[in-house]
Amino acid sequence: MAENVTARVRAPREASAGEVVSVRTLISHPMESGMRRNGDGEVIPRSIINRFVCTLNDEVVVDITLEPSISTNPYLQFEAKVTESGTFNFTWYDDDGSVYEESSDISVS
Amino acid sequence: MNTKSKIATIAVALGMAASSSISHADEDADLVVNGEIEMVVRTAAPAHLEGAVSTIYSGWVFRSDETQAMQADDFDNPGMLFVEKGEQLFNTAMGADGQSCASCHQSSDLTNVRATYPQWDAEHSEVQTVEMQVRECQTEQMGMEEPWGINSGDMLDITAFIASIGRGQIVDVAIDGPAHETWELGREIYYTRFGQLELSCANCHEENYGNRIRADHLSQGQINGFPTYRLKNARLNGVQNRFRGCVRDTRAETYGIGSDEFVALELYVASRGNGLTVEGPSVRN
Repeated sequence: MAENVTARVRAPREASAGEVVSVRTLISHPMESGMRRNGDGEVIPRSIINRFVCTLNDEVVVDITLEPSISTNPYLQFEAKVTESGTFNFTWYDDDGSVYEESSDISVS
Repeated sequence: MNTKSKIATIAVALGMAASSSISHADEDADLVVNGEIEMVVRTAAPAHLEGAVSTIYSGWVFRSDETQAMQADDFDNPGMLFVEKGEQLFNTAMGADGQSCASCHQSSDLTNVRATYPQWDAEHSEVQTVEMQVRECQTEQMGMEEPWGINSGDMLDITAFIASIGRGQIVDVAIDGPAHETWELGREIYYTRFGQLELSCANCHEENYGNRIRADHLSQGQINGFPTYRLKNARLNGVQNRFRGCVRDTRAETYGIGSDEFVALELYVASRGNGLTVEGPSVRN
């Protein structure tokens, strides 16, 4: 069970129609690979964010599968073409079943 | 063309090809964090370095373009995650009577702390680092029986928070008065060769900064960016832990974190950066 997981998003609040905007996300998470052993030689159980989805007005922008070799605190940056005002929804899926959500509004003129 | 000059020509061509493929740091770039905190990454050396170094450079100057960019924006700086934790700790009750740091201190009153430590503590007649000051508060003001370890995660988080609120302040540690004796000890350690490799701090960081030591681009070893987020271990690193790593790499038995020797060295090395700005938490490789 990952502790102190906090999701953060940096997306523009305003854009012009048809513009391609850059979206950055960061989630604090240990991303324990499941390949390491502790001092007693026991395998530390895998605990990672395994999927990330961003939608804009319910249309998928990116749907990413994350694998165990991704570093701690995954930082994802991608681009989205915006045509109308709306809301970005961001969802991170944890191995332990937790789901972390964030959103960010954008007004398009 | 005789054989000798042919070989020389080939060597020059190879040398040029190799240097163009290495990602060089932009040593002329300026650092402005979040578009608002203007950092001094190069300036005239303080008076006590006369004859040794004329210009002092932040370690940021020697890092690759990508690493430099990470520090220019708090969202991209992974060290800021630990600053957030440090801010929570600052407001967390930990004392015997439920005191937090915030019970006595407004964080806005602490903006000059990172820039002026290590400094002389008259009450205890010793030079204190920020970590020692935190531990003093914990045991003497807050009644904690077990203060945080100097190199513990909590300590790194809170010192990163304290550094972050002082970013942009000019480093100005006092080396005269009662602290001078400790400063002299630190200076002696800086110029003493250690270990099987017989290297002093000065051999790399004064005589050879800007050159490469195998794959590493040597900086001046300035500590204005500590605690530092290192990409190699993906966490914050305290300054004395860094000292320990350096001394270990000379193949010497190192001083301990919190030892009198490292406190003296921290004061001396900090004073070599008088005039640079506080950058902690900086991003380094």
